[in-house]
Amino acid sequence: MKPLEILKTAIANSVRSKLRTTLTILAIFVGAFTLTITNGLGTGISNYIDSQVAAVGSSNSFTVSKASTNTAPGSGPQKYDPNTRVLAAGGRPGATELALSQADLSAISAVPGITAVTPVTRVSPAYIEWNGHDKYQLSVLPLSGAQPQLAAGANLDDSSSQAQIVLPVSYVGPLGFSDNNQAVGQSVLIGIDDAEGKIHEVGAQIVGIEQSSLLGVSGGFINKPLSTGLADAQATGAPAAAKNAFADATATFAPSTQAQINTMKSRLSSEGYTAQTLDDRIGTVKTVINGIIGVLDAFAVIALVAAGFGIVNTLLMSVQERTREIGLMKAMGMGSGSVFALFSTEAAFIGFLGSAIGSLVAIGLGTVVSRALARGPLSDLGGLHVLSFAPASVAGVILLVMAIAFVAGTLPAWRAARQNPIDALRYE
Amino acid sequence: MSVPILAARDLTKTYGRGPDRFDALKGVSLEIQRGESVAIVGKSGSGKSTLMHLLALLDTPGTGQIHVDGTEAQDLSGRRLNALRNTLFGFVFQQFFLNPSSSVLENVALPLKIAGVGPRDRKRRALEVLEQLHLGDKAKNKAAHLSGGQKQRVVIARALVNNPQVLFADEPTGNLDTATGRIVEDILFDLNRNSGITLITVTHDHELAQRFERRIYIRDGQLITSDEEHAA
Ligand SMILES: Nc1ncnc2c1ncn2[C@@H]1O[C@H](COP(=O)(O)OP(=O)(O)OP(=O)(O)O)[C@@H](O)[C@H]1O
Ligand SMILES: [Mg+2]
Repeated sequence: MKPLEILKTAIANSVRSKLRTTLTILAIFVGAFTLTITNGLGTGISNYIDSQVAAVGSSNSFTVSKASTNTAPGSGPQKYDPNTRVLAAGGRPGATELALSQADLSAISAVPGITAVTPVTRVSPAYIEWNGHDKYQLSVLPLSGAQPQLAAGANLDDSSSQAQIVLPVSYVGPLGFSDNNQAVGQSVLIGIDDAEGKIHEVGAQIVGIEQSSLLGVSGGFINKPLSTGLADAQATGAPAAAKNAFADATATFAPSTQAQINTMKSRLSSEGYTAQTLDDRIGTVKTVINGIIGVLDAFAVIALVAAGFGIVNTLLMSVQERTREIGLMKAMGMGSGSVFALFSTEAAFIGFLGSAIGSLVAIGLGTVVSRALARGPLSDLGGLHVLSFAPASVAGVILLVMAIAFVAGTLPAWRAARQNPIDALRYE
Repeated sequence: MSVPILAARDLTKTYGRGPDRFDALKGVSLEIQRGESVAIVGKSGSGKSTLMHLLALLDTPGTGQIHVDGTEAQDLSGRRLNALRNTLFGFVFQQFFLNPSSSVLENVALPLKIAGVGPRDRKRRALEVLEQLHLGDKAKNKAAHLSGGQKQRVVIARALVNNPQVLFADEPTGNLDTATGRIVEDILFDLNRNSGITLITVTHDHELAQRFERRIYIRDGQLITSDEEHAA
């Protein structure tokens, strides 16, 4: 029998007993539906995380700081060394954060693969105000490769000489703007304390408004001219040495493989620096989410295995019902291989129907629900589509289900194939 | 003498085991030449169908050998065996074994489908045989909706569709009235005489048996030389 003929006959056979086939398809449907949904959830959330991560920083840069000399509990205080500078601010009790000096910056840029090193100056503005309205606290972050997801306006321009800022959407109302579009292009004043406690005001233009996001700090992004301006104002009256001490630096590198990145990292760490890529910092979040989705997937696969037994049952009944027919076909010279192919094709076809319908319904329903969620309860997280479906992974689900169905079909198919024609024909 | 198309030596067939054990055939030997017409005659339960199934290679004997055209059947590969069943032999079963939900045409074309013949040739050839058996107008009917005599002819058409060299017919007229039975008989003898098909037929009907070139009598699984009941 020709393969095409086998396929046609298998399809015709599977629709012959409609109720039984429908029930089996329903069981597979549930499994495929669940698997498609969990898959969509995985794709949707990791897409969102990826876009959020891009908003926080670029993927080809390290945040480099001096390896902190952690005082392990019970090890006693570290000996004083006049050559190491200590940053007074912040940190976990017991941990001392060491500052990077100009010499450190050159050492970092000497590491092969690193293309540029920019020191990160921490500026701590006191407030932001617009046009005499109320003043609000503000924290700022240099852009350094981040791509904020904007709700309005344009991104920062580091090469411009104008002082620019991108504000989170939550600042729009409080500062006195009626909407995002009104805020874009307006000049604001940023107040900052200098070393002697005197307030300086630095002007800046709002170029963009950032969507509220999951990982983003609730602060403004500033471009180089503004960051320099603020740093200068902050350093007024400070001793010269303090100007050249940095908490950390951003070291950029050309796009590299993971192995190259690891080499640079270990090189930096052997020289006494801690280097972290964005992935290092975000990695744990992703691992947790992947874990949750893995568990959901496992449930879907359990449903599919149950559906697999449904297929075994359906086909065994159908083999039984068609015993005489099989006997007749074998008596007419149909080979055991063809009989086997006929029944396992039928199984795979039932699997295909169940999974295709399941996936299609899941995509339809998922898209509707995801849109509704994005408009309703999740509207605060702009750009989040809880469920999104990648064609490759949906095709993967369908193939997986067909494979399970095929495996389930082998037992009945084998039983059908090994029958002796006369015994099968005698079957009442 | 030429190589017989079928030769059986010391065939036995045992069904069941233990107390249910039953010897359906107890050492049957026979030879059938190409183009012969042979009737197998015997009482119900004497082992006629069992013998036919063995000769058509649909079942395997307990002991003994069958030679098809000089080749030992046990040495045949699965593929060769299937090819023989498909193209060399045609079999008309005592019970019709039609697929009731398929059309007459599909039923008749089944051996061609198994042989891998394309749909158009299948249809053409199946219609040809149906015409030959005066069933052309029933081709599109469901097999379930035919009368007994029509079903019998459909089964013969199915056995003939692949132009077999040997036609086995297990009581082909048993279910028919005399007139229709006569038509079917004429068709079979016509095939034997004009197309050179070897005809092996099981029958109860002694009158019909007389029309064959040769009769083989069987009783309790053994061949006997003459029809004792009727001779007596
Ligand atoms: N599968 C089987 N299991 C057990 N016994 C069987 C089986 N098939 C046939 N028999 C027995 O073998 C004997 C011969 O059966 P067979 O069908 O060959 O008879 P037959 O001569 O064709 O009879 P009929 O004219 O009624 O068709 C019978 O007694 C039958 O009961
Ligand atoms: Mg019989």
